[in-house]
Amino acid sequence: MNARLINWFKFSSPATFYPLAGRLVPIFSVLAVALIGVGLYMSFFIAPTDYKQGEGYRIIFVHVPAAWMSMFIYLVMAFWAALGLVFNTRLSGMMTRALAPTGAIFAFLALWTGAFWGKPMWGTWWVWDARLTSELILLFLYFGYLALQGAIDDTRRADRAGALLVLVGVVNIPIIYYSVRWWNTLHQGASISMDNGSTMAATMLWTMLIMALGFWAYTIAVALARVRSIILEREADTTWVSELAEVRR
Amino acid sequence: MKARHKRLGFLVVGLAGLGVAAWLVFNALDSNLSYFFSPSDVVQNKAPTDHVYRLGGMVQSGSLERGQELTVRFLVTDTANTVKVAYTGILPDLFAEGQGVIAQGRMGADGVFIADEVLAKHDENYMPPEVADALDKAHKGAPDGVAKK
Repeated sequence: MNARLINWFKFSSPATFYPLAGRLVPIFSVLAVALIGVGLYMSFFIAPTDYKQGEGYRIIFVHVPAAWMSMFIYLVMAFWAALGLVFNTRLSGMMTRALAPTGAIFAFLALWTGAFWGKPMWGTWWVWDARLTSELILLFLYFGYLALQGAIDDTRRADRAGALLVLVGVVNIPIIYYSVRWWNTLHQGASISMDNGSTMAATMLWTMLIMALGFWAYTIAVALARVRSIILEREADTTWVSELAEVRR
Repeated sequence: MKARHKRLGFLVVGLAGLGVAAWLVFNALDSNLSYFFSPSDVVQNKAPTDHVYRLGGMVQSGSLERGQELTVRFLVTDTANTVKVAYTGILPDLFAEGQGVIAQGRMGADGVFIADEVLAKHDENYMPPEVADALDKAHKGAPDGVAKK
């Protein structure tokens, strides 16, 4: 769609974004439940056993989408952070803040499931190779952002400090993604890449993609629900909030 | 020039500077960030001789010997060079001939790498057993120790 047909700036105001988010949350919640339900069923009952790893490989259906999301959410946060710094929009900082906990959860989930896969397959829970270490740094970046943003009382200054941290940390994302190609790592290379296609059986691939889409829907639903409460919290003194039906009750 | 253009400029320049800095750092660190040395590195004396390091490659097909008291001996290859490895302990489930492996330990005086930890390295291929069998049959002529694609 042409950007001129929609006035994007209209939705940069918390007062117009709040009801829009309210309409989107249930849609994406239903999508998330449906997709993750189908994805999990396929993970456990439809996807075939792996020729070498047996049943243990099924953890990748959670591990890989979680790792993708942990990186992607960080990029989205960086996008909002940059927007906030350049245009000084209030909503940008709120979006960055709303996405961070979900990103941290996915980074943790990727590391956690990876450890459970690593023990039987590699023979170790954890090694300090480039892929695992850079993903751990990503988790710490999320924690660091949340701590820094939460430590400053003035929300505007908190958002700016946080945005700066998020933007500096964005260097880490290509490092995570390409670590398995740039250096010798214990972690295997990407099964799905932009230039080589996929080295997975089709059913496994579809299961993983459905799980990934489910995680997307979950992230959107949760982040929007969170941004709604952040808007209410920060705009509590405004007239439009005091006139909301759910606030007056 | 509006203030927001200025801020955008600062942002772009800052990020570009950061990218260049990161690139320089990682270029300087280069191989120090690698998790293991290949058998070719060892043969060319690029691996340390006086302390512990990791050796990575494929377990050469037909080279696995099980000795007494859990000691196993095998050759690690990167198809160009091979290194003898001895290890006493429990091997991970995915350890097999023709499979990726990473051994941590030090080089003995007799040229045998004494490992105190052996990890299996998995590759990026995921498929059901029937497909693997079919591929195996098609690749019967492939040289030993080479990953079958």
